[in-house]
Amino acid sequence: MQQKHDPSRDSHYVDDDFYRDLTASFSDWQRDERLVADPVLREQCRAFLDREARLLDERRFEEWLALFAPECLYWVPGTPDGGDPRKEVAISFDDRRQLEGRVYRLRTGYAWSQVPPSRTARLVSNVEVFATDREAVRMVRSNFLISEFRAGETRVLSGCYAHRLARGVDGWQILVKQVNLIDCDQNLRNPSLIL
Amino acid sequence: MSKLENPGRVEDFGSPHDWERLVQEDRVHRLIYTDPGIFREEMTKIFGAVWVYLAHESQIPRNDDFVTVHLGLRPLIVLRDSRGGVRALYNRCTHRGTTICRQDRGSAKAFQCPYHGWTYLNSGKLSGVPWPDGYACDFKDAKFNLAQVPRIAIYRGFIFGTLNSDAPPLLEYLGPITRPIDEWLDRHPGGRIVFCEANRLKYRGNWKLAYDNSADGYHVVFSHRSLLDMENRLEEDPDKGMSYYRSKPDEAPMYVQYLGHGHHFKDKRPNVAKRPGALWEIEGAHPGMEHYEAKLRRRLGAKADRVLDLASSEPVNINVFPNLLILGNHVQVIEPVAVDETKLTWYATAVVDDSGELEGAAEDVNALRMRTQEGFPNFGEVDDAVNFEEIQRGLQALEDEWVYMHRGLGIPGRVKVAADGVITAPATDEVFMREYIKEWKRLMQARPNLVVRREP
Repeated sequence: MQQKHDPSRDSHYVDDDFYRDLTASFSDWQRDERLVADPVLREQCRAFLDREARLLDERRFEEWLALFAPECLYWVPGTPDGGDPRKEVAISFDDRRQLEGRVYRLRTGYAWSQVPPSRTARLVSNVEVFATDREAVRMVRSNFLISEFRAGETRVLSGCYAHRLARGVDGWQILVKQVNLIDCDQNLRNPSLIL
Repeated sequence: MSKLENPGRVEDFGSPHDWERLVQEDRVHRLIYTDPGIFREEMTKIFGAVWVYLAHESQIPRNDDFVTVHLGLRPLIVLRDSRGGVRALYNRCTHRGTTICRQDRGSAKAFQCPYHGWTYLNSGKLSGVPWPDGYACDFKDAKFNLAQVPRIAIYRGFIFGTLNSDAPPLLEYLGPITRPIDEWLDRHPGGRIVFCEANRLKYRGNWKLAYDNSADGYHVVFSHRSLLDMENRLEEDPDKGMSYYRSKPDEAPMYVQYLGHGHHFKDKRPNVAKRPGALWEIEGAHPGMEHYEAKLRRRLGAKADRVLDLASSEPVNINVFPNLLILGNHVQVIEPVAVDETKLTWYATAVVDDSGELEGAAEDVNALRMRTQEGFPNFGEVDDAVNFEEIQRGLQALEDEWVYMHRGLGIPGRVKVAADGVITAPATDEVFMREYIKEWKRLMQARPNLVVRREP
């Protein structure tokens, strides 16, 4: 019998199937014939991303974490095509436990890269929804601009998000959030911000 | 016989700096981190005059493969030429100075300058210019071939270069630091690793701040407090990661060493039990750990412990002056950009198992090892880098001139000097900083003879 694991405590779900599904579902998904035309669904996704951006801007990290499915991934690839994470490191590759750890660290007050914390204003735009092989799962592509103020300076981070969303009983949940920085393969200054 | 070309002995023009005042026994002047003139001098007297790490052989495995890097500020193409020789060509067209290669890596038998179409073989030899009948000169003259680093040497995959014709052979330069490098490599199947992508960071601060930090055992529980708290936040995970720094680190068996020529070594391995699996036991939480551990144990039985240790961070800091830091499973490269800007590239490494030593487990080890390597750059180095930036900011206070590195100095019996000159001290001692900066001072007072080479 399969033992039930708490993904906040241990990481059993990041296995070979997980990696296989991940690389398969994040390649060749932005196909025109899969674009979802339904304006209601698109508006739902847009509102979901807007709220997510607001929670991050307001540093409401615990509520932000609640947007994710129990078995989830926050993935910031270090190469423009995302690559195969089994064979290469990413800028960030957090499962549920590590994502909670990331928030925990920021909350300690001793994460000097975020003391004082960044102030951000995020713009999320160009939202497109794509169908997948699974009825309850959608891929959402969007562009982002994050204006970040920290330590006396303002800078802009930009790129595109790919959200893999699943429809649950309480609405959409994030299975995977992939953050594709336009300069992901370059040397980045203080990449401690949650993107 | 290739042609050596002397761009001129580095002239001090009566360097305005009083090095004896700037670098003292217990402290250094703020100017060594903030003065643009000193930085310019470092780009010849350090980056160029000593053996500088350039690239790793696994980045250019096949003939014609190349990567672009810098030697100080000089743009270089490090490549394996069409005959298999490793070269470091200046990425600079001999015509107008344009960089001829603008990709980070790739494969090419020849490089054509995008500006006027001058074309060079990957030996550095000029192979052609458009409409040559418009020139009266002889393009067979070696001066039109690309400049290249005259001396390239490889130590177990690590490619170094120097422009200094008087530099000792690489092995002599490395000296006793080869021992920890060998041990670090030899824990892997076949005694080798390959590079695979990187965590790339930069900070607004002087490059030496990173080198000062690289064997610093004093900052760990303060600068990385949030990392230690995070790693040990779950009650089933006590004493993870670098917890051994938490109480009286100077009484722990770990130590720091100065090994000459600016190289230093922090050895934390004595803190960890000497048995297979001990390293894996202290590894913090990472994605996929429990799954892959269970899978490897099912598959390999008692041998799994040793294999899991390969996915664990090796507790050493092997620091090869001026820019190569081997730590955990990373190869970190320091790249100075300006007096107050530095790139830190943390190349991740993977195991290769050509001989089948791991019985087919290499893929699983690497799937784990990628995740363990993401930990420190994400949750540790970012805090150090911000502290480096805040040092640079603090050093703008002109009248407050001194930066101290005197921890351990003057305490009898604390620092031990062996017959071979190797200096050993407790983990938080700053003797490694004092010693390397003494070497830095010596180099800054020297007048190295820098040359470039061109194909004949």
